[in-house]
Amino acid sequence: MRVLLVDDEEEFVATLAERLRIRGIEADWATTADEGLQRVVETQYDIAVLDVKMPKISGIDLKAKIQALSPATKFIFLTGHGSEKDFIAGTSISEFYLIKPVQIDDLMEKLQTAAGQTGTPS
Amino acid sequence: MAIFQLLENLRPQFLKGERIEADHFRYLFNYPRLWQVAIALMATVAVVPLVCVTVFDYRVTQHALKSEILLRTSRLASNSKRSIAFFLEARKSALDFIVHDNDPEALQNTTRLQRILEDLDSGFGGFVDLGVIDDQGRQVTYVGPYRFEGKDYSPQAWFQEVVEQGIHISDVFLGYRKVPHLVIAVKYPLAKGSFYVLRATIDTGPYNRILSELEVSGSGDAFLINQAGIIQTPTRSSGEVFEKAPLPVPPYSEHTEVYETTAANGVPLIVGYAYIPSTQFILMIVKKTDQVMQAWYATRIDFISFLVVSVAVILTVILAVATYLVNSVYLTDRKRLMTLHAQEYASKLASIGRLAAGVAHEINNPLAIINEKAGLMRDLMLIKKKDALEDGRLLRETDAIISSVERCGTITKRLLSFARHMDTRRKTILLPELMEEVLGFLGKEAEYRSIEVTVDIPDDIPTLYTDRGKLQQIFLNIINNAFAAMEDGGQLTIRASRVDPDHVAVSVRDTGCGISPNDLKQIYDPFFSTKTGKGGTGLGLSITYGLIGEIGGQIDVESQVGEGTCFTVKLPLRIEEKGEAK
Repeated sequence: MRVLLVDDEEEFVATLAERLRIRGIEADWATTADEGLQRVVETQYDIAVLDVKMPKISGIDLKAKIQALSPATKFIFLTGHGSEKDFIAGTSISEFYLIKPVQIDDLMEKLQTAAGQTGTPS
Repeated sequence: MAIFQLLENLRPQFLKGERIEADHFRYLFNYPRLWQVAIALMATVAVVPLVCVTVFDYRVTQHALKSEILLRTSRLASNSKRSIAFFLEARKSALDFIVHDNDPEALQNTTRLQRILEDLDSGFGGFVDLGVIDDQGRQVTYVGPYRFEGKDYSPQAWFQEVVEQGIHISDVFLGYRKVPHLVIAVKYPLAKGSFYVLRATIDTGPYNRILSELEVSGSGDAFLINQAGIIQTPTRSSGEVFEKAPLPVPPYSEHTEVYETTAANGVPLIVGYAYIPSTQFILMIVKKTDQVMQAWYATRIDFISFLVVSVAVILTVILAVATYLVNSVYLTDRKRLMTLHAQEYASKLASIGRLAAGVAHEINNPLAIINEKAGLMRDLMLIKKKDALEDGRLLRETDAIISSVERCGTITKRLLSFARHMDTRRKTILLPELMEEVLGFLGKEAEYRSIEVTVDIPDDIPTLYTDRGKLQQIFLNIINNAFAAMEDGGQLTIRASRVDPDHVAVSVRDTGCGISPNDLKQIYDPFFSTKTGKGGTGLGLSITYGLIGEIGGQIDVESQVGEGTCFTVKLPLRIEEKGEAK
């Protein structure tokens, strides 16, 4: 399973990616939307984990751009407190979201479920 | 005590000293003043015209009644004058007739003269005696109670008057009988310049009766005086016959005259008089003004009673209406202010909520990092034990955790500092520092929404001595509004400048949707909001306006729809203690 993490907090996103890698998941990370899109162009990701609130562009908008490049990619959103409304307003109920700080086991579970939907083996 | 209790219960609430503590709304009304002004205005409008009309009517009625009394006096004097003139004229004409109808020789016959006297007395009444006087002034014949034959009248003034004018009517005098009477003498010319005079003594009793029977109100008087002012007929209260009359001799007039005067004892009088033609007599009608004006005095009491009762009723109604209205306004305002308070409180809570959300978001990021770092350390210790201990990873991750905790600490310190400064004490404030603090809570939103915030506060802006908490709230509200008005990617410019030695101006300009000219007139009104249904309470700018007023400042706004809005707050450099704001 190949996962792309996009969040403007580098420490957070890099550490989370490393923890996923420790768990056997191929995880890349990016701190800006442009960087994230660049990675999608270069690599095919099964799942993108996006922060809802980011400077300049929101996770919801970034999802649309990634989807245009890679329609098969599934999405998991990360959101801070008080941002659920933004998230629910911009996404379909079939998508997943986790509230920061995330528990790695919860993220793993969501990744497994999302991967199951795509049919890609974990 | 019960009366005091009742009065205390009737006293309206707004007069009981119950102050509405409404912070910046407390300047809204001064109810006792409003009440006083309402009563004064309504009383003036209602009572002044009533008093004017009543006074006018009072004067007109008084004038009409007095005119009526003067006219009546004049008519009475005129009629009485005619009666007395007729009395004298009739007797003079009778004597005239006798001298023309009888030969002088016949008149010198005592028997004949006696007969004539009896006829005159029975026909006209009042004839006492009758005498014939020759052109030398000697009484040649006399019939009457005395023996006046041979009496020489030539030296007497009345005889000279008859010689010159052909007739004489004397003043009243007592004569030998000590009874008031007068004399009428007529001259009859004979051939060769000779003449004789027929002289009659007339008792004044009959015309005394005419005068005494006149209906003169109350203790009024009607009498004759001669042209020397000597009373000629009995009076009721003006003096005895032959005494000097208490009133001066009035000026001659052909017609009856009426005038007002005051007696020697200060009693006001109405006097009518008429000169009796061809005599020395002046008819005087004297009335006491107080007595003849009795009807007016009764009417006057009615007038005054009407005015007093009307004014009392009007004032009572005005007092009741003004009290009721002002009390209703007071109670309504109190309810309104309680609602405003509640809304203000809700608005404050909403601000705190927004602030809390911002802080939570700020803290959440380092917390997430701590979480991940701690998780990674655990992973390293549990999953990759050897690597973790060897290459110093754990140390690095621990440092990262400490760094994130410091970041949280900075945020909580800033929050604490902000909260501490929300008190109402006046302090010396550096404007750039305050602005940085306020923007600190909006920085993340600006970043996420790509709003470019420019702060331009020149170094020469002096420190302010003012209420820090209020200033924070003012700029937080204005900047929050600016953020709400702008789409993502807008620009917010904050500039400060010194307008005069005592004031600085801070402008907050946004590139938002702008405010229409119609809305611009109402933006400071409580509950006016264009964000109705989107979380706007309509109190933000109203509260801001009140806060600025409290620290002695002013707020101005310029706006263009579609281009943006600029709020300019003019602040005094120093705010003194209450009542001393510069």
